[in-house]
Amino acid sequence: MQRYLVNRLLLIIPTVIIISFAIFLIFRLLPGDVALNILSDDGRSTVDPVEYQELRDELGLNDPLMVQYGGWLWDLVRLDGGKSLVTGTSVFSDLGRTLPITLELAAFAIVISGIIAVPLGVIGALNQNGVWDLSGRLFTTIGLAMPSFLAGALLFLLLVNQFSWIPPLEFTPFFEDPVANLQQMIFPALVLGFASSAVLTRITRSSMLEVLRQDYVRTARAKGLSPGLVVRRHSLRNALLPLVTLAGVEVAFLLGGSVIVERIFVLPGLGSQMLSAIELRDWVTVQTVVTVFALSILPLNVILDVLYGWLDPRIRLGGGTS
Amino acid sequence: MTSAISTTAPSWVLGRLQSMGTRTYQFARTTPAGAVGAVLVLTMMVLAVFGPLIQPYGPLDTNFNDLFRGPGGDFLLGTDYLGRDQFSRLIAGARPAIFVSIASVFAGVVIGGLIGTVSGFIGGWLDLTLQRIMDGLLTMPTLILALALVTVLGRGDVNVGIAIATIAIPIANRLTRAVTLSSKEETYVEAARAIGASSARVMFRHVGPNLIPPMLVVISNLISFAIIIAAALAFLGVSDSPPTPSWGLMLSEGVDQYSTQAPWLVIGPAVFIFTTILGFTLLGDAGRDYLDPRMR
Repeated sequence: MQRYLVNRLLLIIPTVIIISFAIFLIFRLLPGDVALNILSDDGRSTVDPVEYQELRDELGLNDPLMVQYGGWLWDLVRLDGGKSLVTGTSVFSDLGRTLPITLELAAFAIVISGIIAVPLGVIGALNQNGVWDLSGRLFTTIGLAMPSFLAGALLFLLLVNQFSWIPPLEFTPFFEDPVANLQQMIFPALVLGFASSAVLTRITRSSMLEVLRQDYVRTARAKGLSPGLVVRRHSLRNALLPLVTLAGVEVAFLLGGSVIVERIFVLPGLGSQMLSAIELRDWVTVQTVVTVFALSILPLNVILDVLYGWLDPRIRLGGGTS
Repeated sequence: MTSAISTTAPSWVLGRLQSMGTRTYQFARTTPAGAVGAVLVLTMMVLAVFGPLIQPYGPLDTNFNDLFRGPGGDFLLGTDYLGRDQFSRLIAGARPAIFVSIASVFAGVVIGGLIGTVSGFIGGWLDLTLQRIMDGLLTMPTLILALALVTVLGRGDVNVGIAIATIAIPIANRLTRAVTLSSKEETYVEAARAIGASSARVMFRHVGPNLIPPMLVVISNLISFAIIIAAALAFLGVSDSPPTPSWGLMLSEGVDQYSTQAPWLVIGPAVFIFTTILGFTLLGDAGRDYLDPRMR
């Protein structure tokens, strides 16, 4: 177990290098020229070549590629992330404020989507093709066609018109005033949770259907256990296992969606930081924030793997050749 | 001679039409949801192709005597802050939304499909390298990846298309690789090799056709996904700029500025986006149920 964990953690290193290098390449090798974008986005039709070269020098774009990448990777490793082109401070110092907000939002959203999805999926599977199942499937179909920016826009419209709600201008951290913080978090978390619950409901339902056909469920029924006990102890536990592995994908989805709901509901999270950096053409910040988004899932996947092995003793971690 | 043709041709056409009619009817009977999806998708296609003929007004025409008119009357879905007809603008937005999504998904599926087939068929270090890159692309949150790509590439439909295709590539790759790996072991592949067919021939003539049915389902789902991404990018203000009639942009303008004053400016684009995504999702689901009835 310990050896497995160490191996998994060590495997993160090459993954970090591959992902950060890929992102670095996206930002350097694609046809877009950052310096040119910065200069021409001001509305000027011609670009002064001297100014252009100066900007490239200043951004370090004239250095050899590997030098540029090495410098940036070192910035990442020592948790600095490079200097923001706008504020001049290190990107990670801003991250210290924005990342917790996004993580809190994602955590709430996961809880909400679980509360919606698990009962819906289980009830749907238990009376397959019944009224509850059909309405649950209608719900998931609507949910699938309702991405977070749509759900967010509609909820915003409802709140503003029916409840004269205005988005609060300043963010209140949880430890300062939990109630005010939750009031700010609840609507964006609802939107994100709803948007991700559709897929989760479907997976719960099909996984539950699968389990209900297993021999051990038939055995449990045959030996006279009450239907409730069969569902709770024999089916549900096994049906929920695949959901654990999917949580990683789910969080990736939530992090993407957080950019949108943070914008609608004015939350100063990671997504807002990225959007304002895009607007200000602060590509050092964008590059680092994208990397943080991409890498934030790695430790989660390790935790989920360990959790999975603990929940399902059939999977022995670290045994055999691994 | 001429009379023979003139009598047989209509009956042949009629027979075809009849069988098409029965088949459509059967499709609608077995998967009513799929039929609804097909109708929605067709409607949007018609709007995208014949948009300029259907629009009652020009999408950029301003009418300063009719600012913020509510739905109904001369303006079916109301007007915006410049008095532009929202219905016309929404119809004009259908073309880029649908065309960009379909073209980019098609490009992504072809590239990803080729990578998946070749990688699964050849195996070895090529497979290993390619799949690690694909895994890396898959772990990235899709919207973040799209945002990053559009930031670097710049605004415009082509660049949004490139971003969407990049997201579609690893998804198509995973599916084609899985199908290729499983059909590689089939007897008919062995037989084809035994009679001396080249690798390329086996790949495209014997393995390839297995990919088409599951691929169609993936394409349908990817298109609804592409419409979401394209609209989300416009919503975030990184792809389209005013006064382009773009669904995502119209929605964000409505939410940001006119949610109390003119709520129809939010509801209009929301309904169009929702309907289009719903259509492609229902179509994809019907296809999936047809291929894998177990999931129903």
